[in-house]
Amino acid sequence: MESVLKTAFPFIVVAVGIGAAFGGVMMIVAYTVLAERKVLGWIQGRIGPNRAGPWGLFQPFADLLKFIFKEDLTPDKSTKVVYFLAPLVALTCALMPMVVYPFGPAITTVDWSFLPWGLGEGYHVLPLTIGQIDVGVLFVLGITSVGVYGIALAGWSSNSKYSLMGGLRSSAQMISYELAMGASVIGVVMLAGTLDLNGIIFAQIRSPFKWFIIPQVIGFFVFLISAFAETNRVPFDLPEAETELVAGFHTEYSALKFALFFMAEYVNMFTVSVMCTVLFLGGWYIPGLGHIFEPGSIPYAVASMVGFVAKICAFLFLYIWVRGTLPRFRFDQLMNFGWKFLLPVALGNVLLTIIVVFFLNR
Amino acid sequence: MATTVLFFIFAGIAIACAVSTVYQRNPLYSAISLVGVFLSLSGIYVTLAAPFIAAVQVLIYAGAIMVLVVFVIMLLNFDDEPGRNRLKYLYVMGIGLGVLLLGQTFYIYSAVMRVPNVAIEQTKTAGKTLSIGQGMYTEYLLPVEIVGIMLLMAIIGAVILVRRLNQPQLELVVENELEDERLEEGMLN
Repeated sequence: MESVLKTAFPFIVVAVGIGAAFGGVMMIVAYTVLAERKVLGWIQGRIGPNRAGPWGLFQPFADLLKFIFKEDLTPDKSTKVVYFLAPLVALTCALMPMVVYPFGPAITTVDWSFLPWGLGEGYHVLPLTIGQIDVGVLFVLGITSVGVYGIALAGWSSNSKYSLMGGLRSSAQMISYELAMGASVIGVVMLAGTLDLNGIIFAQIRSPFKWFIIPQVIGFFVFLISAFAETNRVPFDLPEAETELVAGFHTEYSALKFALFFMAEYVNMFTVSVMCTVLFLGGWYIPGLGHIFEPGSIPYAVASMVGFVAKICAFLFLYIWVRGTLPRFRFDQLMNFGWKFLLPVALGNVLLTIIVVFFLNR
Repeated sequence: MATTVLFFIFAGIAIACAVSTVYQRNPLYSAISLVGVFLSLSGIYVTLAAPFIAAVQVLIYAGAIMVLVVFVIMLLNFDDEPGRNRLKYLYVMGIGLGVLLLGQTFYIYSAVMRVPNVAIEQTKTAGKTLSIGQGMYTEYLLPVEIVGIMLLMAIIGAVILVRRLNQPQLELVVENELEDERLEEGMLN
């Protein structure tokens, strides 16, 4: 029994980690939806949802219940298998990058020998990351690029003109802006000298600027703009331009299947906010926190995690704020902007960074 | 142990998806199956301690190239007509190439088995990003440069093919082509 438990222990730890991260991310996503409706309400001089629970706090759960109990319609002429598969692909690809997020600094000062049956033997460090991958940045970019299939296949399998046009627009947009996004990340990777997300945070701590947003300000803005486009948000929400395409690729989806797409969109928002925080705002690192708490201790880790979530929430607020203020691009403007402005600027930033890094390292 | 189990899982999925790619009637299903092949291949790369190649496999093949293929299939709107077997003579060639591939596999297998099974210090970092980068820009610089120039040529070619000419330029091009045709006809007569 003991030996079995000892063998299974690392897997149990990882499973618990995934469960905790999944729960945390889903809660943040649920309350992002509520925050969006509230803040949009305030921007437009309304109150927003305030019926379910105090201050409307139970609204996300009420919405979810409603999604579950709604009738699940499938168009008669749709391609059934693909129609069923598309929302699953979209949400899975949105959630998978969670594995490499650096949620906080490793806890090193706790002695794990108090665990029963000597389970904690040989463990000194509790990293607040589920999987430490050598190529974390590429992993996130790769998985999110696979997420395009969810949208493209949803548009195609619905067998509806609105869906097909919405799906095509949306996937064309995502492919185009992925290039600018990848090019804007290269500058950070060159300064950090690693593709590992935790390694990038440590590189920022070591650098004189502390946050890479200062030396990489062009890269930051390119990344931010392409992040808006990648997640199909205002001002780049053409796939869902109601007056032209009803609801774009998910026009024919209802009930829980629609909810999966909806969740995937907000999880993607969360993902790009995490990436923006980690790459440009130092991730969980708060300058000067090491003087208050001892690095590696539990209070230090908790305070860092709070800082991390606060930075992410700032980005999520920016999303909502922009949605409440800016009008929508036209599709040709969007394509011209992505290919003829954003991509050259990102490549110019790469060139500039190469020159600076070359002369600094001489 | 765990690596072996994972290898058989990923290899099984890859083979199943590959067979499905060939046998599906609907081209879109074929494309989706091919994406499955690429994803399981990248899983195998991870078990072989080559995370960089795995990530690039997903990013380039599954995330970029196959998306374009799916795009084309979605836009072309194939009919569900039963496939006419015009390519029967290719079966013979297919069998020949298959036998060749099998022979190659056995040759590689025996060659690998003959190498002494010692962990060299180099192999530990072989799949890591750093060693790939160092290899690309020192030992294999010339092939990298050649590939770079080829890709640049392809990009320029694509831009030229889709470029919209203004009216005088267009007339010039058309006139040149007409001139060529006349010359050819003159030669024929």
